[in-house]
Amino acid sequence: MRRFLRHGHDPVRERLKRDLFQFNKTVEHGFPHQPSALGYSPSLHLMAIGTRSGAIKLYGAPGVEFMGLHEENNTVMQIHFIPGQCQLVTLLDDNSLHLWSLKQRSGASELQEEQRFTLRGPPGSPPSATQITVVLPHSSREVLYLGTESGNVFVVELPSFRLLEDRTITSEAVLQRVPEDYRSRRSFELVEALREHPRNPGQILIGYSRGLIVLWDLHNKRVSHHFLGSQQLENLFWQKDGRQIISCHYDGSYAQWPVSNDNRQPEPLESKVPYGPFPCKAISKIYWQTTKNGLPYIIFQGGMPRASYGDRHSISVVHGSQQIAFDFTSRVIDFFVICNADRAAEFDDPSAMVVLAEEELVVIDLKSAGWPAVHPPYLASLHCSAITCSHHVSNIPLKLWERVISAGSKQNSHYSDMPWPIDGGTNLAPDPPQRDLLLTGHEDGTVRFWDASGVCLRLLYKLSTVRVFLTDADPNDNMNPLGEDEWPPLRKVGSFDPYSDDPRLGIQKIYLCKYSGYLTVAGTAGQILVMELNDEESEHVVDHAEADLLQDQEGYKWKGHERLKARDEPVRFEPGFQPFVLVQCQPPAVVTSLALHSEWKLVAFGTSHGFGLFDHQQKRLVFVKCTLHPSDQLALEGPLSRVKSLKKSLRQSFRRIRRSRVSSRKRRAGGGITAEVQEANSKFDHDALQEMELAPIQRKIEARSAEDSFTGFVRTLYFADTFLRDSSRHCPSLWAGTNGGTVYAFCLRVPPAERRMDEPVRAEQAKEIQLMHRAPVVGILVLDGHGTPLPEPLEVAHDLSKSPDMQGSHQLLVVSEEQFKVFTLPKVSSKLKLKLTALEGCRVRKVTVANFGSCKTDDYSENDLAILTNLGDIQIISLPFLKLQIRYPCIRKEDVSGIASCVFTKYGQGFYLISPSEFERFSLSTKWLVEPRCVVDTPEITGNNYLHNRSGMEKATRKSRESGRSSGDPGEDDERKSGRLMEHALLNDEKVLKEIQSTLEGERRSYGERNSRRIHVGHGLSNGGAE
Amino acid sequence: MNRTHRSAGGSRGLGTMEVKSKFGAEFRRFSLERTKPGKFEEFYGLLQHVHKIPNVEVLVGYIDIHGDLLPINNDDNYHKAVSTANPLLRIFIQRKEDADYSAFGTDTMTRKKNVLSNVLRPDNHKKKPHIVISMPRDFRPVSSIIDVDILPETHRRVRLYKYGTDKPLGFYIRDGSSVRVTPHGLEKVPGIFISRLVPGGLAQSTGLLAVNDEVLEVNGIEVSGKSLDQVTDMMIANSRNLIITVRPANQRNNVVRNSRTSGSSGQSTDTSLPGYTPHTVQNFHPEEDDSDEDDIIIEDNDEPRQIPKAVPTSESLESLTQIELLHESTQNGFIPFSEVNLCHSAGNVNMEYEIHDPDKKSLEDGTIITL
Repeated sequence: MRRFLRHGHDPVRERLKRDLFQFNKTVEHGFPHQPSALGYSPSLHLMAIGTRSGAIKLYGAPGVEFMGLHEENNTVMQIHFIPGQCQLVTLLDDNSLHLWSLKQRSGASELQEEQRFTLRGPPGSPPSATQITVVLPHSSREVLYLGTESGNVFVVELPSFRLLEDRTITSEAVLQRVPEDYRSRRSFELVEALREHPRNPGQILIGYSRGLIVLWDLHNKRVSHHFLGSQQLENLFWQKDGRQIISCHYDGSYAQWPVSNDNRQPEPLESKVPYGPFPCKAISKIYWQTTKNGLPYIIFQGGMPRASYGDRHSISVVHGSQQIAFDFTSRVIDFFVICNADRAAEFDDPSAMVVLAEEELVVIDLKSAGWPAVHPPYLASLHCSAITCSHHVSNIPLKLWERVISAGSKQNSHYSDMPWPIDGGTNLAPDPPQRDLLLTGHEDGTVRFWDASGVCLRLLYKLSTVRVFLTDADPNDNMNPLGEDEWPPLRKVGSFDPYSDDPRLGIQKIYLCKYSGYLTVAGTAGQILVMELNDEESEHVVDHAEADLLQDQEGYKWKGHERLKARDEPVRFEPGFQPFVLVQCQPPAVVTSLALHSEWKLVAFGTSHGFGLFDHQQKRLVFVKCTLHPSDQLALEGPLSRVKSLKKSLRQSFRRIRRSRVSSRKRRAGGGITAEVQEANSKFDHDALQEMELAPIQRKIEARSAEDSFTGFVRTLYFADTFLRDSSRHCPSLWAGTNGGTVYAFCLRVPPAERRMDEPVRAEQAKEIQLMHRAPVVGILVLDGHGTPLPEPLEVAHDLSKSPDMQGSHQLLVVSEEQFKVFTLPKVSSKLKLKLTALEGCRVRKVTVANFGSCKTDDYSENDLAILTNLGDIQIISLPFLKLQIRYPCIRKEDVSGIASCVFTKYGQGFYLISPSEFERFSLSTKWLVEPRCVVDTPEITGNNYLHNRSGMEKATRKSRESGRSSGDPGEDDERKSGRLMEHALLNDEKVLKEIQSTLEGERRSYGERNSRRIHVGHGLSNGGAE
Repeated sequence: MNRTHRSAGGSRGLGTMEVKSKFGAEFRRFSLERTKPGKFEEFYGLLQHVHKIPNVEVLVGYIDIHGDLLPINNDDNYHKAVSTANPLLRIFIQRKEDADYSAFGTDTMTRKKNVLSNVLRPDNHKKKPHIVISMPRDFRPVSSIIDVDILPETHRRVRLYKYGTDKPLGFYIRDGSSVRVTPHGLEKVPGIFISRLVPGGLAQSTGLLAVNDEVLEVNGIEVSGKSLDQVTDMMIANSRNLIITVRPANQRNNVVRNSRTSGSSGQSTDTSLPGYTPHTVQNFHPEEDDSDEDDIIIEDNDEPRQIPKAVPTSESLESLTQIELLHESTQNGFIPFSEVNLCHSAGNVNMEYEIHDPDKKSLEDGTIITL
C-alpha cells in the first residue's frame, strides 16, 4: 500500500513536469555526412546539399536552414531549383524525381515534399531508355527536360509530373539533321548536358556523350544548329549573351563554339587543353563568366595532367594572366559560381565560387586579390581531425567570450572579409539567451572552440597542443606555399586533414573554468596541460613534471606507447590559451578523468593505473594514488586496444570488408570497379556470415570481482568543499571513482591565499567506499544542506546568490553504471538508492546535473540529473530524492559512437554525433530550445519574365512590402494559404545513422542481427516528439 | 578445553546469553559470555560435556534470527551464531553418522515443521534417501527453489546466493525462440535461454538450472521484450542475490504442490499465464531487497566496515519489511545487515560508526599529515 502511494501520480508534480521537461531534436550542426549533390538558386540565394542517405539540407543566410529526408533513403544524385520559385527537384539514384517546396506556415517557412515521379518507358523497353542523366528545369517553371541514357529528352509538366509525350525530343529526330557520316558512327549516345538559352527560352542546347551538340528549337521542334565535337563530351556552358557555347571534354580540353544565325557548319573558335600537352583528366564542368573589364573568368573542374596530378581534386580559375588550381582535400562533389543573378545584366561579374567537397565546403572570394577563402558561418567540418572528446560550457561571461573571439580572429586573418555570399531567407529565431561554448578535442592534439549559442555552430578559436611536444611532423608542412614557376599552379584549400601525425597527441579530456580562464586538457599518452588565457603572444618554457602512478608496483612492464617528449627550449605561443605546466603520467596510459579547481589551483587526473593531484600554482605534485589491482595484467601492459578479444578483432575485420564493399559500390557510381572484386567480396562476406552463425551468441553471467580487469581505471574525479571528517568543519576534498566500484575521498589542506606559495598543499586519504555491486563509478556529487549540488569553483565568488548551504548536513551521491546511491556525510551511511540496471537492464553512460526552468513561471527552476543509458534513452532523475521523472528514447542503442559522444549542457540541452562530422542538438527543457526558425520569400516576377534578386538589402523592408503586394499577385497568395497546412519537416538523418552503425556497431552486437536489421523511416518523421 | 563457560545460575547480566541445546530428546540449558564466546573447539567440547557424549562425533547447528537451521563448524560461524542469538541461542546436535544435511538452509522457516521433525526424530525420516548436494561447510545456503505455491507448475523460481561462496555463478545465456499460447493461437516469440553451465559453478552445482531452460524473469522483472544484453546486465546487477524464474526444458522434475488450488489445476504447458505475472511481480520488490546492500567503507585507514543504513526518514523507508527488520535488529542492539558482517570485530556490541585512534582524533583537530 505504501509502495502504491509512493509511485502514485501526484497531479501537481505531473503538471510541473510538463512545464519543465520536453524532448526535441532541434538542429544538426556540422557538415553533412557523405554529401552527394549540390544545388543553388540564384534568385533565392539558397544552397541545397543532398546526401547519400537521402537527406537534403538547405542553407541561406546564417540561421536559415531547412532539412528534408527522402523516404527511400537513396542517394541524392542531383538537385535543381525551379527558377524563381521556392521549389526544387531532386533526382535519386533509383531514378525517381521528387518535388520539394518551401511553404510558409505561421510566419516561418518549412520544407515539404510535394510530389514524386519515376519516368517509365513503354513496356519492354530497357531501363536505360528512361534512366535520367540530366535534368533541366525550364525558366517558364512549367516543364522539366529530362535527358536520358537512351539519348531521348523527355518533357514533364510541373508540378504534376505529367509526361508530355508529344514534346519528347527523340535521338532519331535529332540525328536526322546530322550529316550522314557522323550519324553512322554514333548509334547510341546518352544525353550529357542540357542548357537553356540564357536570353531565349525557346531554345535549348542538348549535348550528347560522344561529342554531338545540338541547338533545339522548342517551338518548331527541330534542330536549328548542330556542333560536331570530336571528343567525348562532359559538360556544356552557355555564355551570358547566348552567342557562344563552351564544351568541356573527357580528354581535358574545352572548346568555344560560336552560335550564329547562318546555316554553315560551325567550327570551334578555340579548343584548348589547359594542362596539356601530356594526357589530362576530364574537365567535368566549366563556367565562362564575363566581366566588365573584358577578361572572362574561366572556371573548370578537373583537367589535371593524368600522370603526375591525376589524383588531385582540383578546380582551376583563370582570369587573364592569373591562374590558380585550387587543390581540395577530398573529392569535389560539385560547385557553383555566384554571379549577378539579373538575367538582364550585361555581365556575369562573378563574386564567389562555392565548392562542395566530400568532407567540407569551401568558398572562394573571386573579388578580392589573391582569391582568398571565405570563412563559412555554418557547415563546419567538425571532423577536420577526428573528434575524440567534447566539453560544453554554458553561460560564458562576456569578458572571456570576447577574449576567445579576439584570439580566434587573429587565427582567421587569412580569410576574406567578404560578407557571406549565400544570404537567402530571413532568420526569425530570437537571439540566443546566453553564450555557450562547445569545446571539441581532436585526434591531432587540437581543441576547437565552437560558438554553440545558436543554430549555427561557428568555429571561434582553435588551440593546438602539438607545439609543446617534439614530434616528427613539421608543423609548417602544410603551409608551404607553391613556388612561382610551379605548374600546374596548385593551391591547397580547406582544412580537412584526417591523418594524425602522432595518435598520442589525441585529446581525451577537457575542462574549462569560465570564470578564471584556466583550461586543462589531457591526452592519449598520459599528458595533462594546464593553460591560461593570454591576449599577448608569448615565448616561454613549459614546466613539466612526472607523476609515477605505479609507485610500489614492481615487476611489470608497460607495453603500450611511449610518453611524448616535451620540448625543453622556449616555445612561441600565439595569443590565446597558452600552456604553462605539463604533467605526464607514468605509465603514459590514456587519461580517463580530469578535474580542475581554479580557486584552489589544483588539477586532478586519473588513468587506468591510478590518479594524482597536481598543484599548478606551486607546480608541485601533491600526491598520487595507485588504484591498480596487482593481478590486473591487462591494465598494466598497455592501452585499452590490447584487450580486444579475438572475436572482436575478427568482427572488425569483417567490418572492414563491409566498409570496403560499401565504398566500392560508391565508386561504381562514379567510375566503375571490376566485377570480380565485388564478387569476391560478397562471397567472403557470405562465408563469414555463415561462420558466425554456427556459434550462437551467448553471454556469460558472472558477478564482478575485485580481480576483474580494469577495476582500477579511474572514471571520475570531483572536488568538493564539504564535511568529510567531522560535521563541524568543512574542508576541501578530492573524490575519485573507479571502474571497480571504489570511491576514494581525500581530505585536502590548501594554504590560505597569502601563504599559498609558501606552504605545500597537503592531502590525506579520509575515506574509501567499496560498492558491493562493483559497477563502474561514473559520477560523484555532493549535495548541500538543501539537497542542491555544490556550486562550481569560483561560481560563488561571481554570483553570490548561489552560495551553498553549509549549515545542514551534506550528502554524497555516487552514480555507478547500475545504481544511484545517496550517503550521509561525514558519517557514511546509506540513505537512498535507485537501482537502474537491476530493474531495467540498462546502464548509465553519461550523467550530469542540469537546471530546468519552468516555461510557465520565470521564478521556478530545479536541479535534476540527466542521464544517458547504454540503450540510448535519456532519463531525468530528481534530486535529492532520486525519483525517475521522465524518459525519452534519443539515440538508437546500436549507435555506440553516438552514445559515447553525447554531452549534456547545464541547462538541459545536449549534443551527440550522428556521423563523424555532425552533431545532433537536442533539448530536454521547455525553456532552453535552440532551433532554426526562418522564412524564405518567393522572388518577385517582373513583366519581362526575368528574375530579380530580392534578397540582401531588400529583406529589411520585406514586411512592409508584403502587405502591399497581396493584391498584385493572387497566385502567390494561394500558395501561402495552402502553405499553412504544411508540417514542419525537421528530419532525422536515419540512414546516416544506419551507416555509421554498420561500421561502428558495438562489440556486443551480433553479426546476424546487424545484417537482418531493417530500419523503416517515414519522411514525415519530425522533431523527435516527446512521449 | 574444559574451561567452564557456565556463569552463575540464573543471573542474566548484559554480557551473558542463554543457550538451549538439544541432542536427541534431551535438552540442556546453560549460558555463555557474549563478549567472550571463545573458540569453536572449546564450545564443541562444552556441548559434548554437557550432553555427556564425550566421544560421539556430532554436527552442531543453530537456529538463526530468520529461523534457518545453520551449521556451526568453525570459529566464524560460531561467533556469528553467538553474536546474533536473540535472546537465546538454540542449538541442535545430531550424530554425524545419521546427520541430515538437507536440513540446513534458508527457508527452513517455511518448512519448519519438517525440519524440526527431521532433526528431532532423525530415525523416523528414512523413507527416501536424499541426495547430498554439497557439504554444508558454507555459512549460507547457495540456492533454493522459492514461491512454489504461487507459480505455475511448469515454472521454477530459483534463488542463487552468490555471496558467502567463492564459486562463480557459472552459466551463460543466449537468444532463442519459444512458442507461446496467445489469444490468437500459438505464436513464436523470442526468448532468452540458458546456453551453458560451467562445470563446478554455482548454477550447475545446484542442479536447479539446466541448459535450454527458458529464462522468464530476473528478480521479478519479466525479460520478454528485453535484449540479451539487457538481460545479461540485469542478471549481473543482481548477481549477489539472483532470482531467476525459468521454464525448465525438462518438465518431468517439476515440484508438485501439496495442495492445489482449484484455479491452478489442469494447466497446459504453456508459459504465458496472464493472471500470474502481476501476482509474482507483486511478490518481488527487487529494489527493496537489501541483501546486497553491504557496501564497505574504510575510514582513515581503519578496518573495513559495512556502511550502515541512515536513520530512516519517510522518504527512505522503502518497505514495511525493512522496518520490521530494522526493528528486530535494533531490539538486539545490533546494526542491521550484521548477519553478513564481514568485520572481525563484530563482537564489539556497542560499535560506533566511527572509530578513531586517539592520535587520529588529534589529526582532525588541526595537524594534517601528508601521506
